[in-house]
Amino acid sequence: MAAELGGDGGGKHKGGKPKGKKQSTRIDFTPMVDLGFLLITFFMLTTTMSKPQTMEVNLPSKEKVNKEEQTKVAESSAITVILGEFGKVYYYVGNTPAVADSIKVTSFAPSGGIRDVLLAKQAPWISKIKAAKAKLPTNPTAAQMEALRKEVSGIKGEKLATTLMIKATDNSKYKNLVDIVDELNICEIGKYAIVDLNDQEKAMLSAKNLK
Amino acid sequence: MPKVKVPRKSTAVDMTAMTDVAFLLLTFFILTTQFKPDEPVMVDTPSSVSEDKLMETNMMQVLIDAKGRVFFTCDGPANRIALLEKLGQKYKINFSEDEKKTFSNLQTIGLPVTKLKEYLNWSKSERSSFDKTSAGIPIDSTNNQLGDWVWFARLSNPDYQAVIKGDRETNFPVVKRVFDIFQEKKVNKFNFVTNLEKRPTV
Repeated sequence: MAAELGGDGGGKHKGGKPKGKKQSTRIDFTPMVDLGFLLITFFMLTTTMSKPQTMEVNLPSKEKVNKEEQTKVAESSAITVILGEFGKVYYYVGNTPAVADSIKVTSFAPSGGIRDVLLAKQAPWISKIKAAKAKLPTNPTAAQMEALRKEVSGIKGEKLATTLMIKATDNSKYKNLVDIVDELNICEIGKYAIVDLNDQEKAMLSAKNLK
Repeated sequence: MPKVKVPRKSTAVDMTAMTDVAFLLLTFFILTTQFKPDEPVMVDTPSSVSEDKLMETNMMQVLIDAKGRVFFTCDGPANRIALLEKLGQKYKINFSEDEKKTFSNLQTIGLPVTKLKEYLNWSKSERSSFDKTSAGIPIDSTNNQLGDWVWFARLSNPDYQAVIKGDRETNFPVVKRVFDIFQEKKVNKFNFVTNLEKRPTV
């Protein structure tokens, strides 16, 4: 199995001159290949090929929250989502639940879950964003991409566009929070806030035995 | 019938080409590899559709495991030494040059500051076995040491961005508490570390 280096080893004596015996230059490469593949295996297993992704989240600063509470979000454009135990999602339209029955229970299911609710609510703005994206030529320049990005964030920030109030019960998991922020990205919702449950909501949840 | 003689062929194969390929691949992997940062706990990050990559420098990361233990790390040896000096001043602990050097080479820290000096003088294996059972950095409001870590890290390097790497199963109140600590220190922008998941078409 040896690889062959340098033609024939050890020539015959020619003529009368005594020559030193030529040593064979053939080297067995197999151990070297073994070593090579061993190292490859090691590096393949230890390497992290892809860098982790991140999701950027901005929280309203503590001072600003008080001001925002004064300028209440328009009741019609707001949806309040409450994260419950075992990945359950409770939601109602508006800032404050009128009656306990206005709180509905749903889930993170890809269809029939909270996504459908948000998509339906945000539909007019999603179609606007789609129209804006459709205008982009097939090979956009950096400037065009930047313009589109600004336009999209402008549409998301329109006064009547959906605003999501995210609240979480103590039984929810970190995963649920990431999931709901993810739904925002999927549903092109730009306005949201992560806030605490108020007493009224706590009372209504416990009245309906929702945790 | 006459026997058909099959001429015997040598089974020797030229290995040179194979060696070339093996070492080419080896070179590729050596050059592209980035070792996984040494983290004391395994964290199973949630997945999201976000395609932004994690920044490589200027990040201070808070690691929260499923049990709610909190660990802290930040990059840049010089910044870490500055952070350690400031922590030492506040908690009245004098760190020697050797201890500072050890700290600048460490990764994730998860223990009360009062135990830090002892920790830095341990061997590597003692540290890693301690980390497995460590209770993490105290975050309760009477002994909010994570707040000090965050604050002094920001003083050492104002460009630090907050990165939160939580486990899927971490309870929300712990995460909320970490948010609050960051917000007390005027950090309102966070990066959640996530795995990539396919974006559904809507």
